[in-house]
Amino acid sequence: MPKTETLATQSKPAVSAVEMGARQREISVSEFFTKNRHLLGFDNARKALLTCVKEAVDNALDACEEAGILPDVVVKVEAVANGEAPPPPSQATRFRITITDNGPGIVRQQIPRIFAKLLYGSKFHRLRMSRGQQGIGISAAGMYGQLTTGKPVRIISRTSPRSPAHYFEVQIDTKKNEPHILEKKEIAWELPRGTQVTLEVEGRYQKGRASIDEYIEQTIIANPHVRLTYVTPEGETKEHPRTYAELPRSPREIKPHPYGIELGMLLKMLQDTGGHTLASFLSGDFSRVSPALAEEICKTAKLSPRARPRDVHGQAAENLYKTIQSTKIMAPPTNCLSPIGERAILSGLYQQIKGDFYTAVSRPPGVYRGNPFVIEAGLAYGRGPEQAAESQEKKAIPLAEGEAEPSDNELARVIRFANRVPLLYQQSACVIYKSVLDTTWRNYGVAQSRGAAPAGPMVIFVHMASVWVPFTSESKEAIAEYDEIRKEITLALRECGRRLGVFLRRRERAHSEQRRRNIFDLYIEEVVESCNRLKSGRLATDKLKEQLQRMAMKRTGGERTDELLGRNGGGPHGLPHSIIVTPEGVEGEVPTVSTNGTAPAPAEAVEETPVPEVSPRKGRAARKVRGKPRAKAKPAKPTKPARRAKRRKA
Amino acid sequence: MAQKTRKTTAVEKKLIGVADVVINAAERRRDPTLAIPIRSLSNITFNARRGVLEMGKRKQARSFFNVGMAKKFMQTVLVADALCELQRANLTTSLREIYYRTKHTIKNSHENTLDTQDESDPLIEDLEVTLEALREELHVRAENAGSVVGPLVLVDDGDRVDCGRLGKGGYSVPSIVEPEYLQIKKCTADFVLLVEKGTQWNRLSEDKFWRRYNCILLTGNGQPPRGVRRLARRLHEEQELPVYVLVDNDPWGYYIYSVIKQGSINLAFESQRMAIPKAKFIGLSSADPEAYGLPRNVGIKLNDKDTARARELLGYTWFQKKGWQEEIKRMLSSGLKYELDALANKDFQYLTKRYLPRKLKEKDWLD
Repeated sequence: MPKTETLATQSKPAVSAVEMGARQREISVSEFFTKNRHLLGFDNARKALLTCVKEAVDNALDACEEAGILPDVVVKVEAVANGEAPPPPSQATRFRITITDNGPGIVRQQIPRIFAKLLYGSKFHRLRMSRGQQGIGISAAGMYGQLTTGKPVRIISRTSPRSPAHYFEVQIDTKKNEPHILEKKEIAWELPRGTQVTLEVEGRYQKGRASIDEYIEQTIIANPHVRLTYVTPEGETKEHPRTYAELPRSPREIKPHPYGIELGMLLKMLQDTGGHTLASFLSGDFSRVSPALAEEICKTAKLSPRARPRDVHGQAAENLYKTIQSTKIMAPPTNCLSPIGERAILSGLYQQIKGDFYTAVSRPPGVYRGNPFVIEAGLAYGRGPEQAAESQEKKAIPLAEGEAEPSDNELARVIRFANRVPLLYQQSACVIYKSVLDTTWRNYGVAQSRGAAPAGPMVIFVHMASVWVPFTSESKEAIAEYDEIRKEITLALRECGRRLGVFLRRRERAHSEQRRRNIFDLYIEEVVESCNRLKSGRLATDKLKEQLQRMAMKRTGGERTDELLGRNGGGPHGLPHSIIVTPEGVEGEVPTVSTNGTAPAPAEAVEETPVPEVSPRKGRAARKVRGKPRAKAKPAKPTKPARRAKRRKA
Repeated sequence: MAQKTRKTTAVEKKLIGVADVVINAAERRRDPTLAIPIRSLSNITFNARRGVLEMGKRKQARSFFNVGMAKKFMQTVLVADALCELQRANLTTSLREIYYRTKHTIKNSHENTLDTQDESDPLIEDLEVTLEALREELHVRAENAGSVVGPLVLVDDGDRVDCGRLGKGGYSVPSIVEPEYLQIKKCTADFVLLVEKGTQWNRLSEDKFWRRYNCILLTGNGQPPRGVRRLARRLHEEQELPVYVLVDNDPWGYYIYSVIKQGSINLAFESQRMAIPKAKFIGLSSADPEAYGLPRNVGIKLNDKDTARARELLGYTWFQKKGWQEEIKRMLSSGLKYELDALANKDFQYLTKRYLPRKLKEKDWLD
């Protein structure tokens, strides 16, 4: 066979399987993310800077809240340069970020791994609502800093006033995804308790959309219980005081709901379980599966309830999985969620955004893929009385021929939050933004072009709280589209819109009456003066003016209109959880602010505790009950309680 | 103001009447209301016997306590005030000056009394018809947009103006030509020729057509202004001269002729003083291209607007004479319109040397 021989000599493989095998090796997760840092939000210098701040602040807030401490966070961003004087912030390419919190601190042994090992953390393995989910964020930020500046992450942490503060300098060994400690020592630290993280990264500082400033502003809106001090790269210190002195209810950890898991997950759980029988595994490792229900599932799947979980695999496991999916199981508990709450949203919006009208809506919990979630929406409309007065003043300059008032076609701003974290990128990919576009705002008296956000001076706030927020990517920028989520968002937006519509119509009515009278009053002056001139100045002008004014009054409904307008026209009557700001003052229930940081009467905490084990159907009923004590707890305007009390009686 | 010595004129009294409407209404707790005659086709009648358009009796109420009308009412009073000021100071002014005089910001607001001149112009017309005062009497003038040349001697502000000795430029007709301001001293012409276009008037003037045919040449550069119309009327009335109108052959030309003859729809109340019911339409007629051998290629296709306007004219009662119906229909069926300038196609002086002489000789005109 000479032919085969020649063939063999000709096509001698360049690389043999053995050689290829020698090249094949494991990829560490840190190596993967070094190459794919855009997946984590480090795609450009400006975004990277923001991501670093964001990850550190998220961690600080999560830690404080879990430990039950009202967060007190300092964010400091400074431009740095190697040796020389730092350039102005807008030109700088290197920044030092320092985030200090008053949280519980971190035990010494854990510090290196938390900050210099990817996918290491407390949050991934449990179903509990928190800002962080995967344990990538802060260590990825550290890795990014290491990659771009070569500087380690510096950490100071102290767990109590009695224990010493520990100082660490750590780097990540990207090959092994293991921490590498450069320095550790005990130091004196002025804070009795807390953690401070310092990162040095390459970045770009620019104000405007999706900037650090915007992130801070939005964080304050969704977290009015946080006191946040922000030292800008320009060296300016911005104090954001705590405006809502109540810690959000600590969310509980839950077990996975059977609807939310996949077959592979089930197989893994079967192997890892501590339960001795299949029935005890089902009822013990899942939420909403009672022993009776577990027996029933086993029966339907034609498996013995007393079988050892470890022995269930292959076809049997698949049958079990299918049976679980087709069995009717109660929706997961919702006490694992900690929504912001209507009052806190109102408070946040009211403090941060200037407007004439504010409202907030919390939806009852919903479920997608076995994960419970809550949608909350808020809305701030208008430019605030000060600005309105300002524009009035500006208009006082008479217009020349052909000159028109500048028309503003400002579109509404949508601010999105997931577990209290602002989402600043990929707006159009997010289910929240899509839901805003799909809502027909025109029904509520707001202009909206086809396929665009509503037009007007308006900020739309939407928050999704869930044990697992379905992000479209690891950098957590947009929420994926699930029908259940979309439906809840739409319902919340519609309720906000409905209230806005009532407000706008009411205001429009008041204005048009006022305008009518103003028109006559304005022109009376002119007519009387002209008549006087025609009469060569021999006219009893005051008498004529008074006669005409009295007629104008009579023709616009007389004084009764005035009274009606004043009394019934402006108040937020019939608009729950709304605030209306007028030049005369604020109408509605402005959430109380306690300046010294101590929590006010714990009315909110009590009422927010949901009835344990609620199904969505019951949840709605429970919420109705909740509404009443709230009204009682609130210090409303002096005129309000009387009417409110009457309504309660009726 | 030093008015004590001066007598209040009739017009001034009428203007003060506007203030009285307000004062009397306020006294009786009534809504001050001005009754303004409606200035539109629906309120126009053609008096066939006198051959002029007359305004009907229908009026619209403009009341103050009505949100839609309040501003207009206020503006009307303001304009009346400004017009009265003119009377007292014995000045004349333009429409635009009235607009500026009355424009100001209303006290304690950011609103102007008037925003554009389009708002004040109709108000002046409203006052004209309401008070039955001519614009000249209200001391409001238009631009001098007309010229006259011919064997005519006028006296303007005491200056003697011989229109036969003003070269080819002629005398610019002022907008107010009432006998108080302009006197006709001497006139030896046989007829008046009113030309629509300034260019054709220039042609005739340059060729000294008026000397040869002993006529007065008048033009209004398009739709003739009041001064020109009034002067033509005075020459017709006082000097008993026949008036011939030379316009383009298009619907707008026909309408210009009809305004000169019967008066305009908008200001029908002035017809008695402006209209010349015996004015004749000398050309350009839709029959002329054929009669004078104008080639088809110097015509212009009628556009949709032209056609629509021509059909409107067909419906006007004062265009119902058989000759006119034929004239307009002939234009519509040919689908073409002709400019006077098109006559130059045959010869630069065709208008002077051939067209008009033949027309006058054949007495080829429409009434």
